[in-house]
Amino acid sequence: MKDGGLNMAGETPNGSREEAGIVLTPEQAKSRRARNVAIGLAVAAFIALLYVVTIVKLGGAVARPPV
Amino acid sequence: MSDIFFATAEMEEIGAASLAGPGDYVLLLKPRVMALVLFTALAGFLLAPSLPHPVIAFASLLAIAVGAGASGALNMWYDSDIDALMTRTKARPIPSGRLAREEALAFGLVLAGMAVLTLGLVANWLAAALLAFTIFFYVVIYTMWLKRSTPLNIVIGGAAGALPPMVGFAAATGDVSLSSFVLFAIIFIWTPPHFWALALLKSDDYGRAGVPMLPNVAGPDRTRLEILVYALLLAPVGMSPYLLGFASLAYGVVSAICGLLFVSFAVATFRERLGEAAKTNARRLFVFSILYLFLLFLTLVLERIMHLMAWAG
Repeated sequence: MKDGGLNMAGETPNGSREEAGIVLTPEQAKSRRARNVAIGLAVAAFIALLYVVTIVKLGGAVARPPV
Repeated sequence: MSDIFFATAEMEEIGAASLAGPGDYVLLLKPRVMALVLFTALAGFLLAPSLPHPVIAFASLLAIAVGAGASGALNMWYDSDIDALMTRTKARPIPSGRLAREEALAFGLVLAGMAVLTLGLVANWLAAALLAFTIFFYVVIYTMWLKRSTPLNIVIGGAAGALPPMVGFAAATGDVSLSSFVLFAIIFIWTPPHFWALALLKSDDYGRAGVPMLPNVAGPDRTRLEILVYALLLAPVGMSPYLLGFASLAYGVVSAICGLLFVSFAVATFRERLGEAAKTNARRLFVFSILYLFLLFLTLVLERIMHLMAWAG
């Protein structure tokens, strides 16, 4: 049994469902969205950088393999 | 077992319910310190006899800057208790309540690991090892050990701030050199008088936080003497790139003038010990010390860029 008398499906002993989890205020939700956008942009920029570095390290003819 | 689940849920709530924005995480990185590290690493990088591809150079220097930022975040994590007691630092993200300590710790550790790994893959593993050592030295040796336990904290711990030129040179060449070590020595000897000038102005703050800075332990007069000794040592060391032949006459002139000015500010701080004049002199020395380092390294960077452009032309 989970805390609060709920079973693993989130049901009370008489079978009804209760809301569980963290409920954010609008300000908290806005902050979380801003953080998520920043993380997404940073990860995308990092991936792009690694891609360009890889191309540079492989050399200019990487797109034209020898026949 | 349930304690682990409860702690995990609590940390999820801290993360989800946080009001911190991206700007607060940027502040954790100490952007001004990052900029100084990047600038000094660039100077070391440009000392290399031949430079890698510009993309490799950019990625290497970015990794070094992020490593410096990670050190700042980990420092803010550990020092959040004393930061809350000091007027200079109480507005930082953790003591002001915008970020939890755990978030700063996770952020710093992830950035540190990624910066070292990236530098190793993009440049070479010697540079990555030096960057890892720099982060370790700053966070563990300086922040967690020396800062709160000895007035020599900034003398020894200053090595962390002095290493970036050697990391930059290693990133470009895969090696270390006398020239990059000389840049290390300049910053290493510059660090104590710079921070002791600040400590003379903020001794109340450091005393409240229990940090054993030299003015709080040995008194302001002894501190002024030590500042003067270091200034007299710094002036010739600052000129050594020119004296050793890897910087131009222009650098020799700039470093000589700046070294003389540094000593004159240190003498004024040593002589005037009472009242507002004493504080004014310490403040002038502190501000000039920033300008000193900036001018020396700017001259080095500019003359190397001009040399590269002439060679490319």
